[in-house]
Amino acid sequence: MNAANYLYISALLFTIGAVGVVVRRNAIVVFMCIELMLNAANLSFVTFSRINGDLDGQVMAFFTMVVAACEVVVGLAIIVTIYRSRRSASVDDASLLKR
Amino acid sequence: MMQLALEVGQTAQPEAIMFWILGPMAVVAALGMLLVKKAVHSAILMAFVMVVLAIFYIAQDAVFLGIVQVVVYTGAVMMLFLFILMLVGVDSSDSLTETIAGLRPIAITAAVGFGGLMVSLLGRATLGRQAIGLSAANADGNVQGIAKELFSTYVFPFEVVSALLITAAMGAMVLAHHQRTTVRPTQRQLSINRFRGESLGSAAGLPGPGVYARHNAVDVPALLPDGTPAPTSVNASLEARGDMLDYKSFDLAEVNTQIEEEK
Repeated sequence: MNAANYLYISALLFTIGAVGVVVRRNAIVVFMCIELMLNAANLSFVTFSRINGDLDGQVMAFFTMVVAACEVVVGLAIIVTIYRSRRSASVDDASLLKR
Repeated sequence: MMQLALEVGQTAQPEAIMFWILGPMAVVAALGMLLVKKAVHSAILMAFVMVVLAIFYIAQDAVFLGIVQVVVYTGAVMMLFLFILMLVGVDSSDSLTETIAGLRPIAITAAVGFGGLMVSLLGRATLGRQAIGLSAANADGNVQGIAKELFSTYVFPFEVVSALLITAAMGAMVLAHHQRTTVRPTQRQLSINRFRGESLGSAAGLPGPGVYARHNAVDVPALLPDGTPAPTSVNASLEARGDMLDYKSFDLAEVNTQIEEEK
């Protein structure tokens, strides 16, 4: 089977994640869509590691996972802080700078 | 299970079968993430996509990453998401109505353009090239190979990442720390506020939910003396979640006395 098929599915998942970030309003769902984009990039890394026959891509995917874990921890803490002050997890409600 | 996944990865035909079953399922689950209303359902679909990706990793000779994907993402990260979902609860942000006019068509058009560009680019870049495979790189075992890379070539990024992890933990602690800016009102103060407020309607506290011959549950509103239901007697989050019946159905004037048995 052609390994490039994994790259196509990775591109599709990344695109779906990007649409989710733009379209959804719930901050937590937006965050999950960002995770989906990171995961799609990871799948590309692993597939390229297989295509090129060395482990560099897998090490990169490992680093991406660590960064994603940090991002989730801080991001969710920010969401909780915003929710505490505004009683809403909607990304449209945090528009104080606009007014 | 893992041995099976490894065998599936190494032989060409089973890998294709696995891919063509799980791949479309992952894409459908990812699309479902955008389309379902409740954030909890999105989280479940996300977990499914992550498990599918873990299987893909193992099938592509990345055993270590496949296991880490299950442990870190499906285990820790999704658990954190569900935890925050429980903390934040359900509100209007779950609705799928469009708030910015014309956003959705623009987003879908841009996504189709972007996706088409990526796919056509990939088709031109890798078409006709055979994958080398990882059997040579994984000769000493996948974990050993990654460890060798991580602690020789990538040892400095590895240390930097550890600093990043500590910073993230500190940041989360600082953000989650909540300092009270006003003095906590005492019971005496609360009592005075109740009686000095605009109306004495809630002087004795909010009414409790209804307990009737027909229903004995917290999602049933209490009835006022004139037979109409009292909305304040039910917890607002129950109503926001959409788990309870309409108030009107409890109005004494509306009740259908012909019903023989309920629930």
